Amino acid sequence: MSSLIEILPELNIAFFETLLMVGIALLVAIVFGLPFGIILYVTDRGLFLENRWIKGVVGVLINLVRSIPFIILLVFLLPFTNFLLGTTIGPLAASVSLSVAAIPFYARIVESSAREIDKGVIEAAIAVGASPWMIIKHIILPEAKPGLIAGLTITAISLIGYSAMAGTIGGGGIGDLAIRYGYYRYDNTVMFTTVILLIVLVQAVQYFGDFLAKSVNKR
Amino acid sequence: MIELVDITKEFSSSKNEPILGVDNVSLTVNRGEIFGIVGYSGAGKSTLLRCMNILERPTTGVVKVDGVDLLQLSSKQLREARQSIGMIFQGFHLVASKTVFENVAFALKAAGVKKEEIKTRVEELLEIVGLKDRIYQYPAQLSGGQKQRVSIARALANNPSVLLCDEATSALDPSTTKSILALLKRINKEFGLTIVIITHEMEVVKDICHRCAVMQDGRIVEQGNTYDIFSNPSDPLTKKFIDTVLSFDLPSRLLQTTTGKLLQLHFWGEIAAEGVVSDMLQSHKVKGNILHGKVEYIQDVPLGIFIMDLNGAEEEVNQAIEYLRERVSKVEVLQHEQSD
Repeated sequence: MSSLIEILPELNIAFFETLLMVGIALLVAIVFGLPFGIILYVTDRGLFLENRWIKGVVGVLINLVRSIPFIILLVFLLPFTNFLLGTTIGPLAASVSLSVAAIPFYARIVESSAREIDKGVIEAAIAVGASPWMIIKHIILPEAKPGLIAGLTITAISLIGYSAMAGTIGGGGIGDLAIRYGYYRYDNTVMFTTVILLIVLVQAVQYFGDFLAKSVNKR
Repeated sequence: MIELVDITKEFSSSKNEPILGVDNVSLTVNRGEIFGIVGYSGAGKSTLLRCMNILERPTTGVVKVDGVDLLQLSSKQLREARQSIGMIFQGFHLVASKTVFENVAFALKAAGVKKEEIKTRVEELLEIVGLKDRIYQYPAQLSGGQKQRVSIARALANNPSVLLCDEATSALDPSTTKSILALLKRINKEFGLTIVIITHEMEVVKDICHRCAVMQDGRIVEQGNTYDIFSNPSDPLTKKFIDTVLSFDLPSRLLQTTTGKLLQLHFWGEIAAEGVVSDMLQSHKVKGNILHGKVEYIQDVPLGIFIMDLNGAEEEVNQAIEYLRERVSKVEVLQHEQSD
């Protein structure tokens, strides 16, 4: 118990480091993953911006990143992180590789939730003479919103898991703490505490995501 | 108003040769009329309709709406042209995440209407379709008929000259169908809107279409005035469709007990049925017995069909038939069919 009180300040810092890493990666996922997912969808066969080339190139690029196991991606991206931030240590550095992993992950989720939209609704929008941009902004995004939010929840939870891996190579956060105290020092109390903390975090994210997805669903 | 010339639409299939959806169809829809296209599913009627606003791009042919050749337009010009071609669908296709107001407003936004004008115009449109009190509800809160009214309001938003209806009443119950048809009829009259309706329900054609065409296997097998088609169908498929509205099934027991000649009499337009028949019965030594009869009103013009059993000496009966032939629109002598 005394060890727990001892590391409480560190636990506090680790918790916020995890939040920071996941938060940045989520933000990047929205900024880049969302457009990529929409591009994948609207350039698909039979859709209003059908384009085999763009669909092909974006698709391959996304699969490329997704096929690399995260722990390898972490190491692989170290030079890039160093170039970008001048360091490879700390939560900010870890958020680079987390972001790179989050973009294609979320893009695929965006694509599949856009696919859930009734094609007829899009057709009706084409029939009233709406432009592609209007259809994306006023039809696809609002109609896919519950799916997009649910997808963001899934992405966030995956990222929390990934962030533990990032911790092992000096990223910080709860995962790092668990490895350092729990694995290297055999301190089970700290180990359990971090696990419980992670469980609570994941539950909270899931609950909040579900709540949000439900409140925007008008079906 | 709508001119289709030699329209062919091929669909590429994964194997062998492409499938013909529409096979060399030419069709003219006049300004201000309600035109029906009837056919079983898979006949190509929906594809043909979708060629009218290039939701489906025909493989060959010319599509002219209001004199504009739609296939020659750039995508931006096509979008503008589509704003004057409204369309409604069997499945309504409303945006579930938007209110009734936003659904209708979307069409106006697409046409670049200013924000201040959108609100008054949406209210005006919902007034026309009778849904003003539902303006801030979501589609999930509406009944099928109400959803179709919203989609009609959306289709009418930019004052189109044409309204395309793709099985617009097929998902609705009979009484809702009636009310939606009445609305379409009113819109047609009030705004002079040209309406093209795709349906497999002959009732719909009978109720509101001025002219109609019957499609099978991608081709039009018959077209003409709805009244002419109903009173005198020539293609077997057309007859089959007409039968869904004007069919006469005589009980087989009745057929077995009749002894004379069975006649089917057609009365087209304003010929008083009873008058002719009672005159015939008075002037000829025959006994007549009406077994079945129906008067349908097609575009408010009566179409009467009666089946009667005529008894008497053969000579007299034949004379009576001649007498009727001269006075009613069409006389058919039915065979006594063996009941099966």
